[in-house]
Amino acid sequence: MSSFRWRTIAWFAWYRGQSGQWAQLLHRITGLGIVFFLGLHILDTSLVGFGPSVYNTVTAIYHNFVVRLLEVVLVGLVIYHALNGLRVTVIDLWDEGALYQAQMWGVVILLFLVLFLPSAFLMLAPYFR
Amino acid sequence: MKVELSIKRFDPDQDEASHTEVYGVEIEPTDRVLDALNQVKWYQDGTLTYRRSCAHGICGSDAMRINGLNRLACKTLIKELGSKISIEPLLGFTVIKDLMVDFDHFFDLYKSVKPYLINYDPTPAKERLQSPEQREAFDDTTKCILCAACTTSCPPFWSDPNFVGPAALVNAHRFIFDSRDQGGAERLEILNGREGVWRCRTVFNCTQACPRDIKITKAIEQIKRLVLFNRV
Ligand code: FES
Repeated sequence: MSSFRWRTIAWFAWYRGQSGQWAQLLHRITGLGIVFFLGLHILDTSLVGFGPSVYNTVTAIYHNFVVRLLEVVLVGLVIYHALNGLRVTVIDLWDEGALYQAQMWGVVILLFLVLFLPSAFLMLAPYFR
Repeated sequence: MKVELSIKRFDPDQDEASHTEVYGVEIEPTDRVLDALNQVKWYQDGTLTYRRSCAHGICGSDAMRINGLNRLACKTLIKELGSKISIEPLLGFTVIKDLMVDFDHFFDLYKSVKPYLINYDPTPAKERLQSPEQREAFDDTTKCILCAACTTSCPPFWSDPNFVGPAALVNAHRFIFDSRDQGGAERLEILNGREGVWRCRTVFNCTQACPRDIKITKAIEQIKRLVLFNRV
């Protein structure tokens, strides 16, 4: 089974599919990324069980610039996954949706940039002051 | 016009793995990829193996990956592709030789959705009539020629070869939405299962690949809504 999974990843790059293929691949990658961050978050919150000092030391890492960059990435993941999720929902529920999937993906990319770039700027600006 | 064909070749009697061979052919831009393949087979290398029958886009024999995309060799013009053309067998099926792949599993998946009329009424003396609107409901999915261009372009099928795949779903749709058919419930039961319609992740590679321009993903979504809400 798993060998089929691996070949699928390779074939994604190899098969010349269009918008829908890349939309779905990004959807999967962003989904997995969000799960990863969620796991991390559960881990750091659970440190409270070891007392406030442990928790405070570990969460102090979050003020680090590199970690802030990761948070910017997380915001990007969430924005894309949410927007494309809406696109898939429209495809699923509206009979004509499947005919406009490419245009809708264009809108997803556009809205992604509109939402993500200012957020990234606001999150990173304090570090450059 | 001079065209360079890079063809992926595999001979099970001699080769461990497939390799690419390059052939130069002189051909008109308005000729088809099938004509280029014929030139190679007839005048340069008779061992080149591929299927073709009708040569007019209706038998579904010669779907292959042309410049990275699944298409019929007999329906793709050279001028759409340029002077460098790569030709590979369909992904996800066992290669028998060169561009010829094993369709057995594909037809098993097709049969699993009962792609035939099911009607339990006594056979009428005359035709079973239907209105133009009733006929329209499944018009698009009657066009399938079972070339497998869609199923072998589908990432969920690549990772799970037991997924019935877009071609079988198209043919299930053709009967589920036919007012003369009474097998809708049995088919939806199969399609609501593990390897059924829910494996579709709306990637749209199938719709892009279909040489008959069937709106495949749209048809699959109609089946999904029928299962979920009992509506189109
Ligand atoms: S040879 Fe019949 S579809 Fe191409």
